[in-house]
Amino acid sequence: MPTYFEKKQLVTPGELLAEGDYVAGENSYMEGNKIYAQRIGLADAENKKVNVVALRAFYVPKTGDIVIGTVIEVGFNGWTVDIKAPYTALLRASDVLSRPFKPQNDELSQVLNAGDLIVAKIASYDRAHDPQLTVGEPGLGKITRGQIMRVTPTKIPRVIGKKGSMISTIKQETGCQIILGVNGVVLVTGKNVEDEELAMMAIQKIEAESHTSGLTDRITQLLKEEKSKREEKKNE
Amino acid sequence: MSEKPEKLIDKKGIRLDGRKTDELRPLKLEVGVLGNADGSAYIEHGKNKIIVGVFGPREMHPKHLSQNDRMVLRCRYHMAPFSVQERKSPAPSRREVELSKVIREALEPSVFVDLYPRAGIDVFVEVLQADGGTRCAAITAASLAIADAGIPLRDLVVGCAAGKIDDTVVLDLYDAEDKLGAADVPVAIMPNLNAVTLLQMDGILTPAEFETAVSMAVEGCKKIYAIQKEALRTKYMTVKEEAEE
Amino acid sequence: MSTLLTRVRQKQIGQLIDAGKRLDGRGLTDYREFTIEEGLIERAEGSARVRLGKTEVLVGVKVGTGEPFPDTPNDGVLTVNAELVPLASPSFEPGPPDENSVELARIVDRGIRESKAVCSEKLVIVPGKKVFVIFVDVYVLNHDGNLIDASALAAVAALVNTKMPNYEIEDGEVKIKTGYSPLPLKSHPITVTVAKINDKLVVDPWIEEEQVMDARMSMAINDDGNICAIQKGCPGFFTPQQILEAAKIAQEKAAELRKKLDW
Repeated sequence: MPTYFEKKQLVTPGELLAEGDYVAGENSYMEGNKIYAQRIGLADAENKKVNVVALRAFYVPKTGDIVIGTVIEVGFNGWTVDIKAPYTALLRASDVLSRPFKPQNDELSQVLNAGDLIVAKIASYDRAHDPQLTVGEPGLGKITRGQIMRVTPTKIPRVIGKKGSMISTIKQETGCQIILGVNGVVLVTGKNVEDEELAMMAIQKIEAESHTSGLTDRITQLLKEEKSKREEKKNE
Repeated sequence: MSEKPEKLIDKKGIRLDGRKTDELRPLKLEVGVLGNADGSAYIEHGKNKIIVGVFGPREMHPKHLSQNDRMVLRCRYHMAPFSVQERKSPAPSRREVELSKVIREALEPSVFVDLYPRAGIDVFVEVLQADGGTRCAAITAASLAIADAGIPLRDLVVGCAAGKIDDTVVLDLYDAEDKLGAADVPVAIMPNLNAVTLLQMDGILTPAEFETAVSMAVEGCKKIYAIQKEALRTKYMTVKEEAEE
Repeated sequence: MSTLLTRVRQKQIGQLIDAGKRLDGRGLTDYREFTIEEGLIERAEGSARVRLGKTEVLVGVKVGTGEPFPDTPNDGVLTVNAELVPLASPSFEPGPPDENSVELARIVDRGIRESKAVCSEKLVIVPGKKVFVIFVDVYVLNHDGNLIDASALAAVAALVNTKMPNYEIEDGEVKIKTGYSPLPLKSHPITVTVAKINDKLVVDPWIEEEQVMDARMSMAINDDGNICAIQKGCPGFFTPQQILEAAKIAQEKAAELRKKLDW
C-alpha cells in the first residue's frame, strides 16, 4: 500500500498522503482508509505513521507547559492572562499569595496588574475549561526585565536544538538568559540591550531557516561575527 | 448607461470579453498579505479584487455565542462602497447578509470544529472591486486565509460558477453576462473529498442544462484548486528557498 | 437552537432513516399533509396560509405604487420580506431580520422572480415613473420544520389569490374603477427542499430532522419542469451525484404537488 509523497515534501491541507495500512499522526487525518494532511507542512512517515510537520500552527495548551503571558484583567479572585492561545488562561489569587486570600483586604492589582508579563506553568487544562496557571515554582512569576519576542510555536523545538545545543550556544555567545515559552513567547534578558538584540536576531534567523541543515554552525558563526563587529566599533 | 448587446457569444463561440465558453478569467492569488490577521489572502479573478482576513481560533465575544463542544465560525461578506458601478452604502445589505451565511456554510465543512470547543474563528471578506462571481472568489481566498492561520482543515474549499448565456452553458460568468444571461450557478467544492459545500442557482435551466452547468463548474473549481495550492505552497516555499541559499 | 435534541433521539432518527423510514411513518420522499387557505386577511390584496404538518406560514400581499428600478423602467416591482415571528418558535428572537429570515425571504423571492411568475410588464402605470409595487410579506407563525417550502407555497398561493382593483390612468394618476381583477401571473413555481441525513436524501424535513441533517437543498421548479432557483444551506455537503439525484426528486415532487393544486 503506497504513500503519495516524498520525504519532507511540502503538502497542503487536504492532500492525499497515504492509503491503506497507515496511521494518521501529527497534522493529518484518516477518512475511510485514506490519510490526508490537515495543515501546510512537510510530510514524513515513521514506519506506519504519517506525520506532517506544520509550518504554520497556533499553540494549544498542555498541562505542564511553561508559557509566557500578559495579564489582561484583574478579577475578583485572580487574573485573566493572554497566553496567545485559543483560550485565555486563569491565574488564581490563591496560587500567587503565600497566605490565604482575603477579598476585602487584598488588593490584587498591587500584586499583578493588567499589562504585566508573567512566566507561568499550565497547571491544568481540558476541553471543558480554560487553562489554569500556576506560578508556584522557582523561576516562575512576574517579569521585570528583558525583552519579549514571538516565535511560531512549531519552531520552538528548533530553537532549543538537539539536547539543547542551539539554545546553549546562543546563551553562551550573548550572555543572555532566555526563557522559551512553549506558546511561542520568548523572554530574553541580558546585561545590556545590544546583547539582548543579538540573541533575538539569532532566534529570528533560526525561525526563518528552521528546516535547513547546518543551522547550528551558521548561528554560531553569525554570533561570533556580530560580536567582533561590535568590538571593532567600540575600538574605533 | 451602455446599450444591451445583441449577442453575448459570437458565431465563433467567443464571448464579449474574448473568452471561449469553457475558459476561466485570469486569476491571481496571494497568501499572507495582512500583518495583523492570523491568516489572510488576496484574490484577483477577472476584475474582482477581494481581500480576506482571518482571526482565531480565539475566545468568542460575546461569550454567550460560543458553543460548549465545538468551535464557532463567523463570516462577514462586505462590499466596499466603491466596489461597484453605483456607489453602494456601507451598511450591510440583505444580499450581503445572505452571502455571509452561504459563504460560512461553504467553509465550515472544511474546518475541524470539534477540536477547539468554546473558541471562535472570524472570517472577514472585503470586496474591493466586484465584477460577478464574488462569492466564489471570496470562498477560494477565505479558505486560503484559514489555512494560512494554521487552522487544521479537511481540504481547501474552492469556488467557481457556470451559467447560461445565449442558450449556451458557459464557465465563469462576469457581471455583464450574469445580468444579461439566463442563469448563474455558483458552486464551491472540497475537491479531494468530492464534497460540494456551496450550490445556488438563479435563472431558468432545464434539468439537462443544470447537470452540464454543475459539472462545468466543478471542472472549473478543480483548475482553480491547483492555483490555490500553488499560492499556499509559494508562501511557505520562499522561506525554504531563502534559507538554502 | 434552544430546543436541543437528546443524543438518544438523534440516534433514533438516524437509525430509522437508514432503514428508509421516518418517525411519523412517512417515506423518505413523502411530504407531510398540507392545507392551503386563501383570502383570510381581507385588508390585504391577497393572502394565503399554509399548514405543512405543524409548520404554519401566513403570507400577505399588498399592492402599492412606486418608482420602478432604474434598469427596468417598464416593469413593476416585486419585493419579498420574511418575519420569523418570536411566537413561532423558542429559537426566534424579536428584533431586525437575522440571517435566517433574510435567507428565507431571498429564497422565496428568487423562485418567484426567476420563474417570471408575476407579469411585471403589465404593472406599469407611467413608464419609467410609476409602477405597481407588489409587497409579499411572509409571516412564519409556527416552526415545525421546512419553512422554505411552506413559505414558498404560501407566497405563490397568496399571489394567485391577489386581486387588484380595476383602474384607469388619467393624467398619470391611477383612478380606481369598480371591480377587481386577478394579479397577472404566468408561472407558479413550487419549491422542494431535500435534506441529507446519514447520506440519505429526505424530502420535507421536520424540525427534529432539521437538527440532525448535514445539509439541505431547495429547488424551485416552474410549470414546465425547469429549475429556476436553487439554494444549498447548512454547513454540510452534497456529492455531485447527490445533487443530481436531489434535482430529480425535486422535479417529481413538484409535479406531484402541482397536480394537487388547481393553479
